[in-house]
This record gives sequence, C-alpha cells and structure tokens, in this order.
Amino acid sequence: MKKAILYFGIALLFSLSSIAVLASDGESQGHEEKEFNVSEMIMHHVKDAHEWHLWGPEHGGTTIYLPVILITEDGIKTFSSSHFYEGELIHDNENHYIKGAGAAEGFGMFHEKIYELDRHGKLHFENGHVHGNLKPYDFSITKNVTSLIIGSFLVFIIMFSCARFYKNHGSVAPKGIAKFMEPIIVFIQDDIAKANINEKKYKKFVPYLLTIFFFIWINNLLGLIPIFPGSANLTGNITITLFLASLTLILTLVNGNKNYWSHIFSPPGVPKALLPIMIPIEIVGIFTKPFALMIRLFANITAGHIVILALISLIFINKHVAWGALSVPMALFISVLELLVAALQAYLFALLSALFIGAAVEEAHH
Amino acid sequence: MDLVTPDLGLLFWTGIVFCSLLFLLAKFAWKPILTAVNERGESIAEALELAEKTRDEMRALKAENDQILKQAKAERDEILKEAKEIAVSMVESAKNKSKVESQKIVDSARDSIRSEKAAAMAELKTHVAALSLEIAEKVIRTELSSDEKQKALANNLASDINMN
Repeated sequence: MKKAILYFGIALLFSLSSIAVLASDGESQGHEEKEFNVSEMIMHHVKDAHEWHLWGPEHGGTTIYLPVILITEDGIKTFSSSHFYEGELIHDNENHYIKGAGAAEGFGMFHEKIYELDRHGKLHFENGHVHGNLKPYDFSITKNVTSLIIGSFLVFIIMFSCARFYKNHGSVAPKGIAKFMEPIIVFIQDDIAKANINEKKYKKFVPYLLTIFFFIWINNLLGLIPIFPGSANLTGNITITLFLASLTLILTLVNGNKNYWSHIFSPPGVPKALLPIMIPIEIVGIFTKPFALMIRLFANITAGHIVILALISLIFINKHVAWGALSVPMALFISVLELLVAALQAYLFALLSALFIGAAVEEAHH
Repeated sequence: MDLVTPDLGLLFWTGIVFCSLLFLLAKFAWKPILTAVNERGESIAEALELAEKTRDEMRALKAENDQILKQAKAERDEILKEAKEIAVSMVESAKNKSKVESQKIVDSARDSIRSEKAAAMAELKTHVAALSLEIAEKVIRTELSSDEKQKALANNLASDINMN
C-alpha cells in the first residue's frame, strides 16, 4: 500500500512537471499577446528540435543548445544551435523563421528545418512551405539523436551490469538488476524467439530481438518522462520506426529460404492463371508487414504524447487553473496507460519481428 | 506532413547508434547472460532428471525390499507353523508313550500285587493250618486230660455217630 502511494506520487509529480514545462510555453506566448495555439504547441513537442528546451519561455528560457552539423556544397559546417535560437526572428506574412547569426550566417531555420538563405538573406514561401531555397543535408545532433544516445547508453549500462553479475557469480540465481531483467530476457528468448522461429535457427536472432525489445521499451519510457533526459518523442518518430522496421525487413529478406520465396513466386494450390495477380500481391505483402510495424509503433507512441499534451492544454485553452482538477487526473491516467503501452509496443514489435523472421526461415512441411 | 517524413540525419545517427548498440550488447551482454541462464537451466534440468531417476531407483529398491520382507515373513510363518505342528505331534506322541508306559507299569504292578497276594494267602493258609493244628492239639490235650473228659468226649462222639 505504501508503495502504491509512492508510485502514485511519482506519477503525479511527472504530470505536474509536464504542466510546469507547458506553463512556461503558455507564459511566453502570453507575453507576446498571442492566441494559444494547441496544435502548434503539440506538434512542437512531438517533433524533433535542434535544442533541448528545459524550462522558461520558448525564446530566452533555459535550454541545452545542441550541435548543428550541415553538409553543404561548401563542405561540412558545424556550430552550436544557439546561433539560431538566439538569432533574429523574421516574420514573412504568416511564416516565421529564424535567421542564423554568427557561425550560422547564411542559414535560416523554419520549423526546425534548416535552409540556405538566398542572396538577399531571405527564405521564400509558397503555400506555407519553403520554396526555392537550397536545403543542406542536416546531420545535426538533434534532440532525438541526443535522446537516442542517452537511451542506448542506458540500455547498454543496464544489460552490461546484468552480464557482469553473471560473470562474477556464475550460473546462480540472479540478484539485483539481473533478477529483474532475467525473466524478461528469458521470456524473449523462449516465448518470442523460440516459439515463433524454427527450433534450430532461432538462436541467431535472439540478440536482435532482445536489443530491439529493450531499445524500444527503454526509449518509450524515457519519452514519458516530461523533463530532461526524457521527453523526446524518439520511438514516436517515423525515422526511428522506419529504421527498426527496415532491419526486420532486411533480416527477413536475407534469411528467407527456398520455401519462403517459393510461397511468394508460386503459392501452392493457386491455379497458374491467377499467378499474375498473386505474385504482385505477395510481393507487396513482403513490404506491408514491416510497414505496419513502422506505423504501429510511430502512431501509438506519438498518439500517447499528443493525448497527454492535449489534456494538459485544457488548462491553457480555458485559461484557468481550476481546469487542472480535470486535466491532471486524466493526464495521469493516460500516463499510467502509456507505461503499459510502452512495454506492450516493445513486446509487439519484437513478437511480430520474430513472426516475420520465423515465416522466412520456416522449413517446408507438406 | 512533417511528422511522417523520415529525416536523413536522424536515420544516419540511428543507424550508427543502433548498430553499435546491437553489436556491443550481443558481445558484452546477451552472450554472457544467455550462456549463464541457459547453462543454469540445463543444470537444473539435469538435476531434476537425476532426482527423478533416483526416485525411480528408490521406488524399485523399496519394492524389492518389500518383496524380500514379505517373503521372509511368509517363511517365518511357515517355520513357526511347522514348529508348532512338530511340537504338537511331539507332545501327542509323548503323551501316548507315557500312557502306554504307565499302563504297562500299572499292569505289572497289578500282576505283582496279585502274585504277592496269592503268595501271602498261601503262606497265611499254611500258617493258619499250623496254628489250628496247634490249637487243636492243645484243645485235645486239655479235653483229654482227665478220665472224665475222655469219657465225655467219647460219649459225645458216640452220640454223634448215633445220630447218624
């Protein structure tokens, strides 16, 4: 019971700190006497950024400026993103962009995308999009990249300390963090890998499935923490899910055996006349499976972030703190639900990857 | 639209970070952890198997012991039964023998009593005969001590003859 209260308290603290973070946004926009734009605020929090905003107003608050790395026609340019965020804000009708200063001279940033300014030092817009300006390749260490490194480091530290336990104590009953992680690791090995992949071949894929599970899970959880080092919507970013789903696709294609390909190019029991229809369908099927993986993780995590942000925004839309009595419990409920979703989506991703790989390496049995 | 557009830079960093994470974890974490866990699982399975086997052996041994015990009990009962029978028959035969023996003794005793009795009777008879002769002699002597008495006797005898 005491523990339950403790957990509840921690969850409540998280909800409240997310209010604090948002409140600073509300304040900053209040100063500019601007209408509070919910969708803009939510998109801003859900998308990637070149800074890691901690607290205070959006411009001039406490923030971690992350390095910008650009590959332009003149070579690689690296500088701190402070040259943007402390730069001049240009208003071009409805479009607001930042003109870089100092090392960022000659670059403009519109909605966190960096473009080269033209000869007159301007960005050109057409229907709300930048048009006609060169876009350098942006390899910056953005908020998501930082979060990615933190999350990966965390996963490695956790698992390395587990491994060290076994190294020091041998094959004994686990203690400490190994005690917590071992059932999960064994579950993934036995109930995800072994259950879905051919008995003789599953061992090869266990490290991949384990890594993908813990990577997604830990990063999902980090995303639920409203302040640094959390809050980045990493696993709800389409690039991350695209990459993970592509890995599963590549593993499927590389390991696909004769049986797998023969099911695609000559599905058994299908009349020859239907093959011109069936083969394209099967080929599309190869790609729809990982595509679904990509969309599922992206949509679930992003939706969770959006719902929590929207619920907290109720207070700022209605401009009265009393709305907190409604929005905080609801946001807390969704936050707790998201804890479940975080584990569930990691499990699903690993399970479905195992299923697809399992189908690719399955031996013919008819 | 921005939300669902993959970003090249992030993809690049994800590739590097995730692949190195995969490599590092596979080498430094998954391999030792899975080796330890699976080794332990195997040793537990082996121990369980051994326990099962031992239990079976124990069961077989116990069954064998029971069998032996049962046999021993049966044998003991048999021996006891035989012994009892022997004892009973021995007692019986002893009784019979003693009966015959005692009968014999009684018989011989009876015989000897009878012969002793006969001998005693014969002796008694001769004794009585001798005594009565003596008595008769004495009586006659007294009866014939005087003339009168001789005369009376003669008379008496004569009367007896007369009566005949």
